[in-house]
This record gives sequence, C-alpha cells and structure tokens, in this order.
Amino acid sequence: MTIEVLRPGMLSTLQDRGRFGYQRYGVVVDGAMDELSHRVANLLVGNDPDEATLELTLQGPDLLFAQECVIALAGAAMEMKTQGAHIPMYRPAWIGAGTRVGFGTARVGCRAYLAVAGGFAAAPVLGSRSTYLPGAIGGHEGRALRRGDVLSIGANASERVATLGKAIASGRRGFTAARWFVASPVDLHAAAPIRVVRGRGWKIFGADGRRAFLASEFRISAQSDRMGYRLEGAESALAHRMDLVSEATSFGSVQVPPDGRPIVLMADRQTTGGYPKIAEVIGADLPRLAQRRPGEVIRFETIALDPAQALLLEQDAALRRLGESVRAGWNSGCE
Amino acid sequence: MAREPDWRIEPQGDRCLMVVLGDRIDAELNRQARAIAENLIRAALSGVLDVVPAFSTVAVHYRPEALERAQGETPWRAVERQIAAIVARSPVKPANKDRAIEVPVCYDAEFGPDCDEVAAQCGLTSQEVARLHASTEHFVYMLGFAPGQPYLGGLDSRLTVPRRTTPRVRVPQGSVAIARGMTAIYSLETPGGWNLIGRTPLRLFMPHSDPPCLLRAGDRVQFVPVSRARFARLLGGRQ
Repeated sequence: MTIEVLRPGMLSTLQDRGRFGYQRYGVVVDGAMDELSHRVANLLVGNDPDEATLELTLQGPDLLFAQECVIALAGAAMEMKTQGAHIPMYRPAWIGAGTRVGFGTARVGCRAYLAVAGGFAAAPVLGSRSTYLPGAIGGHEGRALRRGDVLSIGANASERVATLGKAIASGRRGFTAARWFVASPVDLHAAAPIRVVRGRGWKIFGADGRRAFLASEFRISAQSDRMGYRLEGAESALAHRMDLVSEATSFGSVQVPPDGRPIVLMADRQTTGGYPKIAEVIGADLPRLAQRRPGEVIRFETIALDPAQALLLEQDAALRRLGESVRAGWNSGCE
Repeated sequence: MAREPDWRIEPQGDRCLMVVLGDRIDAELNRQARAIAENLIRAALSGVLDVVPAFSTVAVHYRPEALERAQGETPWRAVERQIAAIVARSPVKPANKDRAIEVPVCYDAEFGPDCDEVAAQCGLTSQEVARLHASTEHFVYMLGFAPGQPYLGGLDSRLTVPRRTTPRVRVPQGSVAIARGMTAIYSLETPGGWNLIGRTPLRLFMPHSDPPCLLRAGDRVQFVPVSRARFARLLGGRQ
C-alpha cells in the first residue's frame, strides 16, 4: 500500500514520539513538535501512539492514495480536500483507491498531523521513525518529503482498513468521513500565557531579569524552527555574562545566551548546552507552544512543579478517555 | 565504597531531573557522573526515557505518567526517591573499562584554518600546535551537542585559547577543534565557534550501529598526525 507525493508542502516530515535511549551519545530526540496532536491522530485510526505520523508545517502537501486507506488529521486547522469536497479534521475518513487529497494552508496553528491506519512503514533508525534533518536519518530517507516520493504503509494496514473502512464506508469512490468526531483534549490555539516552572538558572538572573521575563511579550523570530524558538523582547534585562559547564537540555528548556535573547529548545534540540536556563516550559503547554508560528507573540507565567505534573497526568488521562470514545465510535459504525 | 552525600537532585522542568555533583570541569567529578549514569541505566526504572551524563551532572528524562508511584505520591516525589536510592548506592568509579583509541588527524592548513591564529595566541608555531596536540593522551568527558560529538580533556595547557569571537556558520564534519582547554571533534557539519586545527577522516556518528558512535565517555584518545595522502586513503576506505 502506497501514497505518492504530488506536492510536498512546506515541510512535511515523518515523526513519532521521539528517539529515546541515545541522548547520552549526543543523538537528538526529534519526534512530533505537538506530541498531543500526533497521539490524537494515531488514536483516531486505531494506531499505537508510537506509530509515525506525517507532520505538516503551515502549508500541507498533495497526496495520491494508490489503495484505500483510513486517515485522520489533528493539530493545526488545515484544510483537507478531495475533488473540491472538504474532509473534516479530528475524525477518521475512509479514502478510496486512486484518490488525490490536497492539504491547504493552516488557518490557525502551525503543524497538523496526518495518521494513516497501519502507520507509515519507514524503517526505524535507533528505534525511531522520526526524521532528524541535520543528521539525515530516520523518517523518509532522512529528509522532508519531495515531489515524487512514494510512502509505504505498514504491513498490517489492509486488515485494519478492511475493518475500519467497513464501519464508515463500503468500497465507494472518493472518501467518507465518520459521522462522529473527537475534540482535542487541549485548546491548542488558546491565547493564554505559556506556563513554565523555574529553571535551574532562574537565580542567575537578577530581580530585573526575572521580572522582565514574566512581564514581557516575546515575539517568535523568523529564525525559529524544529530545533528552537528564538524569542525577541526583554534582551537588555536578560543579557548576562555567564558561561556555564555544559549539561543536558530538555524539550521546553528556555535557555538564554549572553545576548539576552531566549531560545526555547524544541523537538530537534541539541542534547546538551552551556547557556543558563531561566525556565522550563511545562509538558502540558508544549503542544500549544508548538502550534505558535514565527511572528506571533507569547508571554510566560510560572507554575509550581506539582501542579504542572498534575496537568500532564490529566492530559494523559484525557487521551485515554479519548481512546475509549474512539473505540466506541468505531464499534457504533457510521450510523 | 559507598558514595558520600556530595550530590543533590534538582528538577529540570516537569519531565527531567538533574543529579548535580558540581559545577566545574573536573576528571574526578566526571568519573562519578559516569558511574552514576551506568547504575541508572542498569536500573531501567519504569518511566525513565534517557540518562545523560555530562561533565559534572547526570540528567534523567522521564515520563511522569509512566513512573511507578506509591499511593498518593506525586510524580516528583516518586522519581526523586527512586533516583536518590540508586545514586546513593552507586560506586565512585565506572565499571565500564576505559578503551584506548587512536584518532588519525591531518593538521594541514586546509583542515586546520585556525592553526596559525592559535599558534600566534600561544606564542608557538603552527607545527608546534599540531605536535603538542598529538603529544598528550586525551580522554572523553562527554558526548553532546551533536550525535557522537566528543568533548575531550587532556589538552596541553600551552594550547589554552578562548572560543572564536565570531562562530562559523558551517564547520566541516570531522573537524578537530580546541577552545577553553579542551578538544572537540565535529561529528556533523554544524555551526561552531571553536578553533579548527585539523580534521579526522574517521566517522564519529554511525546511526546504524549500537552504540551509534565511535567514541564514548571515558575513552582515552591518542591523536595521530597523518599526511594529506593518508587522510584521503582513510577517508576513501570508510565508504
């Protein structure tokens, strides 16, 4: 079972939950920038959360489905169309053989996640299908999709599609979307501040710097990417002359180079770094941050560690409940 | 011998914690960090994704929802308790045997464009820079920044120079560079601010091997000067 790439979109890469277990060798984690939407898309088509999805950035691709498939799209609000008809997000859709699906520009948010039942069949590298662009490994040939690429779907896909597809459609042409849908467990596009816990370098910054960090609006610079979000604002209050001993970084670490322009480290972050970390974005708010685009403005707000972890546990529980309602949806079919 | 309580555990966000042994670059602290990391990896705690030793710290990345927790225990309490117990019974020295590895380096000006500048800063000739660099035994403190990229101690103190004021946008793969009393070898073509004094034909990141890197923390490294011709042969031979 294959999907042909007719137009690649701005930056479309295969990602899973990340390449773990090798950071001590300097191997970058990668993985979905918005792991929550990645998981929701997988749940909708009955996949394991570790299956790869296609991360579509701002402008989506055009894909030709050679065989019938069941797909779902979650994350940024991105139009998905076939033959002029709109395919709704956040619900599984059966796609007939030979159907061309075009993805538009994200109306809100930055990244949408396309899951196919059975998963993408890219060979794992160091235990993960995530694409690591600078190292050219993982995903589809270690790079973003190009026109003419042919993606394979997992070996157990046909059985899955037969079962799932029967529940929503039966061998018709084009597409049929399930009548039921789910809502994202988090309002990905809410304008609320991005919550952080104090970083290990919090005290390195004086009272003025800390106040400026929490009071300022930061613009996400155009130089931001999957590696890091570079922020503009409050640089004079945050500039410093500290040079620390390198240590591990995290997804969400807000490191501040001497020039005072913070960088939030994201999915493709380097494993270690020597800049002080003023704050750490909490896991529950990383999906919301990953949906912000260059040019947009964000603010930070502190939260204590225990409530931050409680939010993460709640989010995980919400995903489990969502998985149950998806199964109930599948069992009820489309009627 | 049991460990003295000369370490502390701090959160780094809500999904990582740091075992902190000190805040300086020191061979003894680094040995302790590697020993603790070995024990944490061996323990394979539920919910732990990665254990990352650096110069004088060990990071533990975890998933709060996947930890084993006692009734009513918060994820932080649970992970701190479990990690502290393992750190407390870690030996002070790593069990893994240090390996001795030779790394061929071509110190020609083409591969070491900063050799002259380093020589001038240190009051040496560029030939002396190369000779001194290859004359001592180095050792790998840690891997980081890029896959398989080592930071090595053991540099002759006469070669102590700061980083370049303006980093390069692209440093070629295999570049051997010095700064702040250490050596780094760029494993991928990346931006970089260290002083380039040579290049190795060896591949440091091997994504299809496990572990996926030539050098590991604790390895002892001897740099061996090679000619351009030998560099080219070795480079050809790895394809």
